[in-house]
Formats: sequence, C-alpha cells, structure tokens
Amino acid sequence: MYRIVDKKVLNPTVVQLQIEAPLVANKAKPGQFIILRVDENGERIPLTVAGVNKENGTVKIIYQIVGATTEKLSHKEAGDYLQDFVGPLGVATHLDGLKKVCIVGGGVGCAIAMPIAEALHKMGADVTSIIGFRNKDLLILEDEFRACSNTLRIMTDDGSYGEKGNVTVPLKEMLESGEKFDMIITIGPLVMMKFVVATAKPFGTPVTASMNPIMIDGTGMCGGCRLTLNVDGKKVTKFACVDGPDFNGYEIDFDEAMSRGRMYGAFERHAYESTCNLFGKKVQ
Amino acid sequence: MANMSLKRNEMPTQDALVRAHNFDEVALGYTEEQAIDEANRCLNCKNMPCVDGCPVKIHIPEFITKIKEGDFEGAYQIITKSSSLPAVCGRVCPQETQCESKCVRGIKGESVGIGRLERFVADWHNTFCTEEPVKPECNGHRVAIVGSGPSGLTCAGDLAKKGYDVTVFEALHTAGGVLVYGIPEFRLPKKIVAKEVETLKQLGVKIETNVVIGKTLTIDELFEEGYEAVFVGSGAGLPNFMGIPGEALNGVYSANEFLTRSNLMKSYLDNPETPIMKGGRVAVVGGGNVAMDAARTALRLGADKVYIVYRRSMDELPARREEVEHAEEEGIEFRLLCNPTEILGYSNPNDARNPKNGFVTGMTCVRMELGEPDERGRRRPVVVEGSEFTIDVDTVIMSIGTSPNPLIKSTTEGLEVNRWGGIVVNEDGLTSRNAVYAGGDAVTGAATVISAMGAGKTAAKAIDEALSK
Repeated sequence: MYRIVDKKVLNPTVVQLQIEAPLVANKAKPGQFIILRVDENGERIPLTVAGVNKENGTVKIIYQIVGATTEKLSHKEAGDYLQDFVGPLGVATHLDGLKKVCIVGGGVGCAIAMPIAEALHKMGADVTSIIGFRNKDLLILEDEFRACSNTLRIMTDDGSYGEKGNVTVPLKEMLESGEKFDMIITIGPLVMMKFVVATAKPFGTPVTASMNPIMIDGTGMCGGCRLTLNVDGKKVTKFACVDGPDFNGYEIDFDEAMSRGRMYGAFERHAYESTCNLFGKKVQ
Repeated sequence: MANMSLKRNEMPTQDALVRAHNFDEVALGYTEEQAIDEANRCLNCKNMPCVDGCPVKIHIPEFITKIKEGDFEGAYQIITKSSSLPAVCGRVCPQETQCESKCVRGIKGESVGIGRLERFVADWHNTFCTEEPVKPECNGHRVAIVGSGPSGLTCAGDLAKKGYDVTVFEALHTAGGVLVYGIPEFRLPKKIVAKEVETLKQLGVKIETNVVIGKTLTIDELFEEGYEAVFVGSGAGLPNFMGIPGEALNGVYSANEFLTRSNLMKSYLDNPETPIMKGGRVAVVGGGNVAMDAARTALRLGADKVYIVYRRSMDELPARREEVEHAEEEGIEFRLLCNPTEILGYSNPNDARNPKNGFVTGMTCVRMELGEPDERGRRRPVVVEGSEFTIDVDTVIMSIGTSPNPLIKSTTEGLEVNRWGGIVVNEDGLTSRNAVYAGGDAVTGAATVISAMGAGKTAAKAIDEALSK
C-alpha cells in the first residue's frame, strides 16, 4: 500500500497528489510515468511523474478527473492509501545537449511538461514555454512555469486569461520571426500535438511528442499501447510503455492514435457515470 | 492388485455446452476411487522411464505407490520434494509429451494418467491438509528472483527449502506471472496459484510486487543491496504482430492483452473496471496453447462465433491435443490452412461521429497448402494463388508469439543476449554475468510452464552449489 502524503486541488478537475514511494522517487526522471491502482480490483492507469522529492521519498502526480478511476482517486485524501503504485516506467525525455527549447503544453499535459521545463532550466538551457487551457479556471502551474521559463506564453481558448487562441498561434509567430529552437517538446491532447507538428514542419524544427495511449501492464507485455510510426516511408509498430512515451512527432500516426484512444469510449462513459452516481456527484 | 485395463480412467469434465458459457474449471479431477484405480495401472517399473520424461524429475512411481496405499498426503510429500507447484503442473503440463510419453503402459494401450494423479494428490492436500510446511533454518545467504512466474517460483521454492533467504520481485500487482495473467480461470483457477504462492511464503519466501527490475531497481543494485545471486525469470515479452494492414484497428488485440484484461484484470467477472470487447464474432490467429486459451476465453465472454485461424494443418497445430479437443467440443471452428492478409475496418470520414469508425469489420485471408519441409522439418505453408476470401469478424486476437522484453537487457551491462534477444545461459542457467542466472521464456522464448520450472530448478541447484562453497 502506498500512502498519500499530500493532496492539492489545482482546479475543479485537476488534482495533485504526493505519494510515498521511495524506490520510484529515487529513480524517476522527467518524462517517465507510473502505473497505479486505487483499490483491489481497480483498473491500472498510467500517469506521468510530475516531480519527485528524493529526501522524503515522495512522487508527485497530477491528474485530471476524466473517468471512473480518476473520479474514485479524487475521493482519496492525504493519509489514505493507494493499492498499487509502480514505476518509474518508460524512457526519460532526452534532454542532453539541448540549449534552446520550446515547451508546448496543453491542459493537464502541462503537468508533465513542467518537470521537463524545470530540468532544462537547471541545465542552463533557454526555455520558452507555451501553455494552453480552455479557460482561466483550468489554468495550472503558472508560477512554476514562470520560474523556469525565459519566455512564457499563456493561451486560453476563450481569452479569459493570457492571450486568446491556441498554442500553435505563438509557436508559428516565433518560428516565423526567425526563432531557432533545438527542439520543440509537446505534451497535451493528441489533436493539439498533431497541429504543433504541422506548425513546426515548414521550419524543420525537431518535435518530440509525449504519448499517453491506453495501457495495462506498462512493462512491455500486453502490446495495448502500440502505435504506428512512419519511418522513412515504412510503417513501424512501437510500444509506448517501453519504447516511449516520447516519440519523434513527425513519425507518429496521430489519427490512428486518436482512433485507438476511442476504443472503450462507451464503456468508459458508463463506468464514469456509475462512479459519479456512487459518490452522489454530478456527471461533468 | 494391478489394473490391466488398456484404457485409463476418464477425467470427469464439465459438459462442453455448459462450460462454454462459464469460467469454472473444465476438468473436475479424479475421485479417491478413480485415483486408486488409475494408480493401480502403474507397473512400478524399476528403470522408471517416466521420471526421465519429467523436466523436474518427480519420483513418479514412488508417489503413485503411495496413492495405491491410500496415503495421499504421503504421495504429496514425495511430489513436493521435486516440484514447488504440483497443483499447477497437474493441470497445465503437457504430460502426453513428457512423463506419460515414456510410460510402458502406453506401448500397448494408454499410458498411466500421471498428470491426473498429480493433480488429484495436490488437490487432496490443498483440501485436507491444514499443516503449514516447516520453515527451514535460514542459512543467511540472500538470493533475488526476478519475476514470479513458474521459473521464478520454482527457483525460489527450491532455494527456500534449502534455507536461503529468498526475495521474489514481481512487476505486476499479483504474484504468479503467466499463471495469473495468461492462463485462464477455466484451466487454472486463480485460487490454486494463490495457494501455491502462499505455501512458498510459509517456507519463508518474500514476495515484493510492483517492482520492475530494470526500472525500479537494476540487477547491479540488487547486488549492492547484499543479494549474492540473482535469477532472472522475467518471461517472454512484447507480443508479435503480423505486419499486415489493419492491425492498429480497434478490436485487434494481442493474445497477451486480451488474456491479461480477462484474467489479471478480471474482465471475466461481473463487475470489472477494465473493459474488454465481448460478444460478436472473433478470430484468433495462431495455433498454440495461448491461441486456444484466447479463443475459449472469447467464447466464455459471450462471443457468437469464434474461429481459430492457422496457416498449417491440424497435424502441425502446436497446442496440446487435449486443449484442441476441448475447444472443438465447445464449438470453436478451426479454419486451418488459412492466413490473414488484411484486417478490414469501418471508416467513413463523412460520418465521423459514427461509433463504428475505426473498428474491425472483417479479415481477408488466403488459403494455404503445405509445401516442402523447413529446417525444423515442418512443412512450409505456401499461398494458394487467387484464393482470397473474407470472414466477417468484430475482434481479431493475434496469438503468434512474443519477442523478449528489453528492460533487463538494456539496464544490465555485460548480459549477453542472442540474435533474437533471449538471454544466453550455460547448462546451469548461468548468464554471461557472474552470479546472474536466468531461465524460462526470457531465455527460450515462449515455451511451457514445466520447461520454465525445470530451468528454475536447474538454476536453484547451481546457485546452491555456488553459494555453499
């Protein structure tokens, strides 16, 4: 069992937890993920590590309440225990040698982008962060991004905070004005990452995208997290759990990944609604 | 009194049409009378050919003699000297190609039902014996086992019995490896595996779940922590796909994923949190035991129709005969000498909201015929030109083997692997790294539970010899 040491509600649908898991805290690097189960018989869900505290042996995770498991997780408080917590899984984001990087995060994906921005900042790299949210209420980690970014652009779909528009607007503007990034690292909804790649393409800037497909074991056994890369005109199957979660954005078949993400849509909706009913909560 | 019947005692089973709709065990096990009657068919041969056929060298005639005497607990004690998992082996070992294939009674008539007797003895013990095994005195040597599948549990059990301080590290949340995520309830009930694991714990074996060796800890760190030897039984790995169009469609599973969802994540129970595609028409591609397990699981989850699609003929089908017969009885249709060339899906961009978009609708196959034998002597399947046809299916389960998991290889310097990624070991199970042993599917690629147990046993013996010097 793994104790929840601290809980912080970041916005109405996003929650941050600190979990006591010393072995994971000792190893986890930016870009890696963990798998947890809330209780016996629970689903295994992957969540990217949002930070670690090696002294306290705690791992920070930030998640959005989107389905049955995350709804159930949101009812756990500091002092409660999680059934299972395993990691760190996946390959850490490759940051070596990067001098000037643009981080493009969307929604709760910013929670994953933040430790990467932080690590780059510590390495002395020049960090530009573009973070996007639907509206002001859903904004997270503004101060944290400000602390580790040379340039920070905050975008909201409705203009209720920062600038109005999506994340590709300032990205395109910067690239057009002649900004040269060694790498664009993007984390967020698939459709956003797809358009970040499309925006960068005419400028030839390398793009790394962090994928978060459906997963079960997370250790390279089930193959549920597979995705297709187009490498030099050839289709290659890769597994996000052991080969990723980061991939070359230009090679990812985003449309296929989006379709695969919908595989259990109806089941998930139903499970979410019954969990909400169980807790007497309004379905979002 | 010797029983000279040429036929063995039939194994009582659930009726095929009933069991096709439940997850209860197919085979029900011998009664005491049946067991004694079957035991009396054993001639107690002096040269014991059956023992030669057993990868873990169970003293077969000796335990059968105890059954004849009605001393079932005595029989159990003889089996556990050689096997740490008797209730498991009695169910999933391919005895027909091992101990039973060597049985003298099999020359003229049917061999003694050794596997059935082993299962009877183990079940009798688990039902009636409440005594905990005696925990041996600890010899102070610490050994780490990576993976709690059949090879790891066997290695752990053998070393614990000799007094070693053994810790098993398991990546998943439940111990048992393929015995819990892969083999379905109707062939190997979870409570049987749990009981065998419990017995090992009583012998002093510690089991740490949620630790991925290669990620959470490395093999080098295990040595730094004071372990003197490490056994790697991390199992096979990533599932293979055919590389044909449509394999990324929704409704295409690897057998590993399909079985893991059903078994480990309990989708076979009424109230699962992990979804799985149920019902409809299902094609399982492949002909091994895993393919049979996947097909029969799909049937029990409510499929209207289940096909096994295999590119060779019945004679080459690698699954156990018994499993094939059970599958056929339950109504699974074998489409032999067939090979898929494409998986078809629904795609209508003008109707983007249609929930069918991206899901499987069918599978195109070609007919095959058998040509010249390949290097292993199996006749090579050759495509019959112009023989394309399509079958309507909603789910496709690929059961065509696995490739080794990269996690341990990539984080253990100096660990030699072969061309296809299997860990290289010598006859004692020793790898290219000092004090690191390996066995099971991580070495051989997908094989049987008992061969993995044999490897775990060999390594345990070698570890004991090395550490007791």
